[in-house]
Parts: sequence; structure tokens; C-alpha cells
Amino acid sequence: MNSKQSGRRQFLKNGAALAGLAAGAITPAGATPPAPESVDQLHAYGERSHFESWTRKGKHLWPPEGASGTRDYGFRTPLQHQLGMITPAPLHFTISHGHEPTDIDPAQHRLLIHGMVDRPLVFSLDELKRLPSVSRFHFVECNANSGPTGPTGAARRAPTATLQETHGLTSCSLWTGVPLSLLLQQAGVQKSATWMIAEGADPPKHLKSIPIEKAMDDCLVAYGQNGEAVRPEQGYPLRLIVAGWEGINNVKWLRRIKLVDQPYMDMRESTKYPSLRLDGNARWFQFELGPKSVITRPSGGQQLAGPGFYEISGLAWSGGGAIRRVEVSTDGGKTWTDAQLQDPVARKAHTRFVFPWEWNGEEAVVQSRSTDERNEVQPTRDEISKIWHIDMDYYNTSTNLVGHFNAIQPWKINRDGSVLNALFL
Amino acid sequence: MRCFYKLVVFLAALTAGTAAWAQAPNYKNVGRAPTPDEIRAWDTAVGPAGKELPPGSGTAKDGAEIFADKCAVCHGPAGEGSQMAPRLVGGKGTLKTPQPVLTVGSYWAFATTIFDFINKAMPRGQEGSLKPDQVYSLTAFLLYKNEIIKETDIIDAKTLLAIKMPNRDGFIPPQLADIHDIKKRGCRLGHCP
Repeated sequence: MNSKQSGRRQFLKNGAALAGLAAGAITPAGATPPAPESVDQLHAYGERSHFESWTRKGKHLWPPEGASGTRDYGFRTPLQHQLGMITPAPLHFTISHGHEPTDIDPAQHRLLIHGMVDRPLVFSLDELKRLPSVSRFHFVECNANSGPTGPTGAARRAPTATLQETHGLTSCSLWTGVPLSLLLQQAGVQKSATWMIAEGADPPKHLKSIPIEKAMDDCLVAYGQNGEAVRPEQGYPLRLIVAGWEGINNVKWLRRIKLVDQPYMDMRESTKYPSLRLDGNARWFQFELGPKSVITRPSGGQQLAGPGFYEISGLAWSGGGAIRRVEVSTDGGKTWTDAQLQDPVARKAHTRFVFPWEWNGEEAVVQSRSTDERNEVQPTRDEISKIWHIDMDYYNTSTNLVGHFNAIQPWKINRDGSVLNALFL
Repeated sequence: MRCFYKLVVFLAALTAGTAAWAQAPNYKNVGRAPTPDEIRAWDTAVGPAGKELPPGSGTAKDGAEIFADKCAVCHGPAGEGSQMAPRLVGGKGTLKTPQPVLTVGSYWAFATTIFDFINKAMPRGQEGSLKPDQVYSLTAFLLYKNEIIKETDIIDAKTLLAIKMPNRDGFIPPQLADIHDIKKRGCRLGHCP
């Protein structure tokens, strides 16, 4: 045995001893090596550590649990635990209007493009994968995310609400696929086509009407999500990604695109997604989501250990493009200071921002405000109330679900280090 | 000479542009033409112009029976809704309140939406199982219960398109052709707060 081998063996022995010590003293479960026969399994498709236990939270839309307000709009992402700007695919929020994914065999799946085109086309998944591909970071957000009214309003307004409850209906992935514009050019869109409808292969055939300008702009027919196939609950094997627009546009299990000359007024787009205001008028087809941001740490339900240094960290995004600026206030909105944006800063994607902060142990209210590349600035709750012509009573009493609520989110830090949702405190 | 050169460049650019807009297929043997049958099988979603409406017809009277049999279990015997499914009837005059009751009658803008949604998405768990006559009948039933048509009125592809829903003008922008126009949508930049 040469000295090099001996040294290595000694190191391993010491390491084992140290690990054993740590195991006995602190975390017995963590130091238990896996049984040899399970190692192959462990390495076949990785699992996170069982110490990392957070999950999506939500309820099926079907059957609804009753009219008591417990009904939820899907499964929410634990954004308070997310690191960086990518949401792990297994934690990406999901709303399928209560319908679970059909088990689609990718070999049988087809995408049909027809209607006002010169050359109707059918593509198999293999054929789509032969075409020029792109990968882009994009968020997908439910238009009702962070909305303070309607069936989920009470949970969102509660001082004890966590970030998962207030903002858990947005997630960000690296989507890989074929630009929709390329497929539409292949089919030859006729001049009379001013809209397209996109339809899924789910039993109730979810459908969304999308103006041709957007279809030819930055939509993706995605088969990839964060380096692997799109997850079943996200639309396997094909999902339409309509960057920056209300989540409902991102049709899952995509199987048909028809070029048409008017929107199809599908039940959801024409009766569930319009924002009804107190004047009795409803805005439909609002499409683009405005600039939003939220501090993910510290956030509702978390606990600061005591005075001292904490990095404030959060996410900012806008349907209008890239985030240009995020400002943070730690004094209830009196003063604002620029936070640092972390790369990558992508268009219509979550952007991670960080801000160094020393907590002095006194009550504090921390919040963030984003500005996008069009210089749209995230509004306060009161600014939105003014635009909507509503008062505080409306938030507390309205059963009307109103989307596109992108208000600045304040978190209050109490002297004991507990963190509360302060939007309605 | 310089002018001529510019003209050549301009024409070349124009030709390139035209080629791009002519949209000749660039990727050989990727994708194929669907058969007319393949298109027909999937081309079932019905828009406001009603082009895809199938032959058939029905009245509210026929629809009442089907509703009792297939829909009432969730939507209630009179379409009043339950914990399982939304209310379909009533709600008139509630839109300007903080507790609006949004039903087919009080809110929906297009009668084709009723047909389309029943046709493709109802009843839950048996989506697509209803025959065109049944869908027309159920559509007639909901229109009748919302006092939009008479019990004996026949609903078919033609009469359905003639119906103006009570809240048709309650949306911004009212004209579908104006949705493309950000200003007419009442938006600031792209975002409509």
C-alpha cells in the first residue's frame, strides 16, 4: 500500500468517524446511509432530501368542498421556499379547472393547425422535435393570483397568510419548444385570420382565443420544462406558452390550433375571466399581466431568529417584458432603495432580487416595488382601489373574484420576529 | 448609379420580405396535410358566428327532461346551483353590487357559448356524450328559464344566432373587433389594471 492510498483511507475513516459523531449528536436520521440495494433506485431518478418537505398546497376544484369558502383554485407553489428564479417542475402551481391530466401517449399525440391557413398541417411530437427549437424562461401566472376577493379572498387577506396563500399561483420555468410563429408560417396564415383558438386534449376541451399579433410574437409550443418533458399536470406532452399573459392562455395538452377571424367566446374566457367592476361593466380579454413583485424572505408565517443581518430576497415579474428595477422599503413605504437584480433577468420571467438588511429588533414593514421595461410601476393597494373605484369594504365583503390585482405586498415583522401579511392590517 | 444600387437593395429586401410573408414551407417532410375527416372530427368548438353548429334542434320543453335527468344533480332542479356546480338562472340586477350573481341569464354575452360549453364539457365525467338535439334542447331550456325565449321556441343553428343575450353590452370593449385595440380595451400600455 502506498502512502497516497493510505492517506485516502485514513481520510475516509476520519470522515466516517466524524459523520458518526455528528449523527449521534445532532441528526441521527441524516447520517444513516441508504441500504445498498436501494442505491441504484436512488440514482435512477433523483429525489430531494426527505428533510425538504414542502409541497404544493391546494384542493381539487371537483368536487368542491362546499360553499363555505374552502374551495381553492388549484395547487399553490411554496414560493417562500423557492431559491433563485426557477420553480422546480414538481412544485409549479397547477390549475386545470378541476380536470386531471389525461394519460397521453406521446407517440399517439398530434398537433393540428387548420382554419384560415394555406396549408393545414398535422405534426407528431417527433416531428415537432425536428424543427428549430428555443428555450426561454417564462413565468406562468393565474390572473387571480394574489387577488383579495372572491372565494379565496379571506385566506389571502388573513394576517396569518403565507406567501403560498397570497402569491402561490405563479411559477417560472425554462420552457423548450418550437416558436408558434414558425409553425404558423409553415401553415401559411391567411390575411383574413385575426385570431387563433388553441384547444387541449382534456375531456372538456379547454379552449382559448388569442389575437394573431400575439400568436406571431413570442408564443411557444413547448415540450420541455426545466430540462425534461413537460409534466403531466402541466400539459404533457405539449403546452402552449403565451408569455406574460393570464395563465388560462397557456393551453395544456395542446392538440389543435385553428386560425379564425374572431374570438370564440369560450365559457371561461367570456364569463369567468372578465373583471366585473362595480359599475356593472366587465373588462374581458385583459390578456397581459402587470408588473408585480413580492418579498419571499422574510414573508408571512416565517420567524426571524432575533436582531441581526438578514438578506431580504424576493421575486419580480411583468407580462410587459423584463424587470428593470426593484425597490425595497423596510420602513412601511416611507423610503425606498434599489435592490440588486440577480441574473438571469429575462423578459416575462421571474427575476430574483436581493437586498441586505439589518433588523434592529423593532417593528418593521418590508415591501418591494417593481418597474418593468415599459416603466410600468407596481401600484399600491390604494392606487388600485382608486382605479377600480372601490373602498376597503369592497375587499372585505365582495364575493366577486377580480383578477389582475398586482398591488405591492407589505409584510410586518413583529418584535418577536414573527411575520404577518400586512396588506389589510 | 447610387440610386440604382439603393433600388436594387430595396427590391432585394422587398423580395426577401415577400418570400417570408408568402410563407413557403422551409422544413422538408416535417408535418403532413390532415385529411378532411381528421379536421371534421376535431373542428367542433362553436364560435359566435356559429359556423360549426351541427344540424339539429330542440325546445325548452324537451330540455327540461334532459336537464332533470343529467344536470339537476349538480346544478339543482331549477338551475339554482348547489355546492357541486354554479347557479345558471337568475341574478338580474345584481351586477352593480359587491355580490354579483353571474349566471347565463344575468351575465353571459353569447348564446353560442351556452351551446358550445354544454356540447363539449357537460355533463361532467361524460363530456361529449350529448347528441346535438339534446344540446339544442338544453340550451333552449336555459334560455327559457332565464326568460330570454318562450318555452315552445325552437332553438337550432339559425335561431340560436338570432338571440341577443340581456347582458351583451355589459363588456368592455363591446365590439369583438375592438379587442385588438389597447386603447379601446381601456388599457395603459399593454396592461389593463
